[in-house]
Amino acid sequence: MSTATYAGVAVELNDEGFFVDPNQWTRDIAVELAKADGIDTLTDQHWTVLEFMRKEYFEKGTGPTVRVLGKTSGVSVKDLYLLFPKGPAKMAARIAGIPKPKGCI
Amino acid sequence: MAKKIVILGGGTGGTLVANRLHRHFKHHRLDGEAVEITVVDRDDHHMYQPGLLFVPFGLAHHSEIVRPRKAQLHKDVEFVESAIDRVDHHADTVYLENGRELPYDVLVIATGAQLAFDETEGLTGPGWNERVFTFYDITGATGLAAALEEFEGGRLVVNVVDMPIKCPVAPLEFCFLADWYFTERGIRDKVEIVYATPLDGAFTKPTASAKLSALLEEKDIHLVTEFNTGSVEMDDDGQSGKLVGYDGREVPFDLAAVIPMHSGADYVGRSEGLGDDLNFVPTNKATLQTLAKENIFAIGDATNVPASKAGSVTHFEGEVLVDNIIRFLEHRELESTFDGHANCFIETGFGKALLIDFNYETEPLPGHFPAAVGMPLLKESRMNHLGKLMFQWFYWHALLPGRDVPGIGADMPKAGKQLPNPNKEEEATV
Repeated sequence: MSTATYAGVAVELNDEGFFVDPNQWTRDIAVELAKADGIDTLTDQHWTVLEFMRKEYFEKGTGPTVRVLGKTSGVSVKDLYLLFPKGPAKMAARIAGIPKPKGCI
Repeated sequence: MAKKIVILGGGTGGTLVANRLHRHFKHHRLDGEAVEITVVDRDDHHMYQPGLLFVPFGLAHHSEIVRPRKAQLHKDVEFVESAIDRVDHHADTVYLENGRELPYDVLVIATGAQLAFDETEGLTGPGWNERVFTFYDITGATGLAAALEEFEGGRLVVNVVDMPIKCPVAPLEFCFLADWYFTERGIRDKVEIVYATPLDGAFTKPTASAKLSALLEEKDIHLVTEFNTGSVEMDDDGQSGKLVGYDGREVPFDLAAVIPMHSGADYVGRSEGLGDDLNFVPTNKATLQTLAKENIFAIGDATNVPASKAGSVTHFEGEVLVDNIIRFLEHRELESTFDGHANCFIETGFGKALLIDFNYETEPLPGHFPAAVGMPLLKESRMNHLGKLMFQWFYWHALLPGRDVPGIGADMPKAGKQLPNPNKEEEATV
């Protein structure tokens, strides 16, 4: 576990860089996290995905897999990869401030 | 009036639950009345699904792994052969495609998972069942047996399209058996085996993933991780092709064994309020009561509980589920006792197998099962391989009839496992 400061907030992260407490997340933090991951500007479509992931996490206890994201977020899987080139489920989860999606057992 | 329990699906879960419920209510009438139990399935072919893995390698045949569903049920359990149109949970009624209506007091969803071929572009297009197969159904497994027999060398790609899948270790077992198979045929040096998975390692849980990654490396099987298959494309010659990932990466193959995406049964999607986006049924992971309605329960691969989609899980769920249905009918509080227990043999080829045992909270660990003296966990052994072979007998003769097996209960045993001890450097055996 480690602590990092984004947008002036000290945030606790696990070994893989995911938020320990999703409630520490703010939109300003997301902007900084995205930049660090190579996304200069978060578009409306990025925000749609990020907010959808947070909603799913708080409702179901885990973020969705890429496939479910493609079916339910309103953004196709192909577009998801254009938005989050390093792998939508993990990259978007990190920027959305939620733990790594379990997706599988 | 006699209470009616309707069970949708006559596979592992539906059968063992029907037989266990029947045995209970034969001896304990409910308010002085008998309880009527009905099982519905679209066909009368009960397949021993773990047997599918062995078919491509000529180690099992169709006829050895399929038996009639009806014959696995007690004669006093009614078996209805029909596809299901939908469930109306407001009317507590199931509508069948043959026109029959089945009203129920308690409904059990046990219709498993199905293969969603259409979710992957090109999967069933050119090359399907010629160069591209799945071993997750009998047609594919049988076709693959012929294709492997004719295979003289090249790239064999084993690919999981997306999780969750039934028996998450089966694709790895397929790789290990392929390594053994081509070694036996004396052409292992002419075959490249590749395992392409959407996961970031060989398996989902860290200790087992490390062990299985090492085994893949030892057997010279190449691991491609975080690969999300977008499409399957055949080359012009029709002899080879490639998997194309959504991120643009390509995995070329001469022969491909693809595990398609899974979903729940179609009728779940037609039943208002019953399923999620993939037609799996949202279910309380400890009580196995669905979130749809209090008199609807679910078991096995059909649920969305965060446990492996595996026969062992279904078997262990069965005990808790049956107990909770009885409690529900007797107006008693449900038990929250299902712990996610799973127990899987992993065939590694050359007459050996690994055994893993885990639950919601505890990942697969080394040690022995079920106690300090027992079968080795997370370690290759001949004993585990024999255990895997013996299991088919046990499946038909003990598990489906719903008999208790001494020493193997629903709760995951901790005795014998090397649990990490936070206070000490070394690992302690409990």
